[in-house]
Formats: sequence, structure tokens, C-alpha cells
Amino acid sequence: MNIKELVEALGLEVVVAGPMEEEISGVYVGDLLSNVMARAEEKNLWITIQGHQNVVAVASLTGVAGVIIVEDFAIEEEAIKRARERNINILRTPLTAYKLICQLIELGI
Amino acid sequence: MQEKLILQNKIAKGDFARGGETSSNLKELLRKLGIQSDKNRRVTIVTYELEMNIIIHSHGGEIQVYISSEKIRVVAADTGPGIEDLEKAFQPGYSTADDEVRDMGFGAGMGLNNIKHYSDELEIETGPGQETKIVATVYL
Repeated sequence: MNIKELVEALGLEVVVAGPMEEEISGVYVGDLLSNVMARAEEKNLWITIQGHQNVVAVASLTGVAGVIIVEDFAIEEEAIKRARERNINILRTPLTAYKLICQLIELGI
Repeated sequence: MQEKLILQNKIAKGDFARGGETSSNLKELLRKLGIQSDKNRRVTIVTYELEMNIIIHSHGGEIQVYISSEKIRVVAADTGPGIEDLEKAFQPGYSTADDEVRDMGFGAGMGLNNIKHYSDELEIETGPGQETKIVATVYL
């Protein structure tokens, strides 16, 4: 499944549309950036509550397919600007990480 | 190939806005140089952690990256205040970062461990009240 199909399936808010055709290969959940740096794999979906600009740097460095901010956490303007510059998919949902993951499992991700 | 300086960036204390910039630039540079993606990933993680450590913990510093045919060397040097207790700093979960920094997802006490894990060689010169110099090497 790619990002575009995921957005349609779950009705996610598209905060920044990057490469929407990017195929998703697994999921990493985490709010500690060092952990994400060490453990998230390329093309993963990264689920977090962090909405500041360093999230964009970590997303870019790890090469994740996209970031999903859960529980409708705020996303800083500067983060949105940087994500546009770096072509990073930033999505958002009111769901908790747990409920989102349940839905991802149902979709076979 | 003789060792060559390929990147040199000054990093300011508390400059979270530019956090990750040095490592992002390096990643792109190594990609252009045709470095294997797993080696690039390791060097990039190490550089990211060194960069964030300078931003979070130091008075400011600089990162230099050298490359030769056999290795990549990342040199992070700052102007202090030095690591009080190096043994503790390597304990997973130990951090001296303040709450505000932790709320942003930094200061989880993972940084030095990540650096050690992803480097082939690691040298640290530091002490209370001293400058810190860290040299991390990844063999190609």
C-alpha cells in the first residue's frame, strides 16, 4: 500500500503532501528521536506525537515513507515549511497511536 | 585515497532549528560519492547524535568529516563544559538534559550508545570543565 491509498482508506489529514506514491514497508512508533533514528527503517510509517521541526530532520535522515502525528497534536509552522522543502509526507489523525495501529493491522500493513 | 575533509560545519548551542542539518547534508554528500547505503546510514546516525549533543549539551562546536578509501571519520569538537562522568553518560537512559529538551524527544540517554553502536571505533577526550572531542570512525 502507498501513502495515497492509506490516506484514502483511513481518512487521514494531509498536512504536507510529499511523495504520495511512496510504498509503505512496516511501521515504527516512537517519540524519542534517538530511538527513531536507530530503529525506524526506510519506507516505514513513523507514528509519533512530536510536531516540531526536528521531526522533519529525523524523517528525512531515516528515509521513512511518511510521518503520522496522532491525537491531533499541534504541528509547528516551521516544521510544515521544512517538510515542504524536504518533500516529506506529514499526516495527522485524531486517533490514538493504539487505535491507528489497530486500523493499520486491519489494512495488512 | 588520501584522507580528505569533505564537510565542516559550525554548530551553535541551543540551535534546535538547524538540528539535523549537518547530518542531512552529509547524507546527501555521501550518496553523491556513491557510499553504500548501510554505511551512509551508520555515519549519518552517528553524525546526527554528535550534532544534537553539541546543540543540547555544549557551549557550541564544530563537526568535521573526513573520508579515505578505507574509512569515514567524524570529528566533533566543542568548547565545553565537558562530560562530568563519562561512565554514567554511557548508561542507557542516563541524561543531563532538562525537561523542555526531553519533551521534544531529545535527551533520552541514548545518544552516546547510538554513537558507540554504529561506529567501528570511538575515541572520546573530555572531563569536567574541559572541551570535548569525539572521533567516530566507520570502516568502508
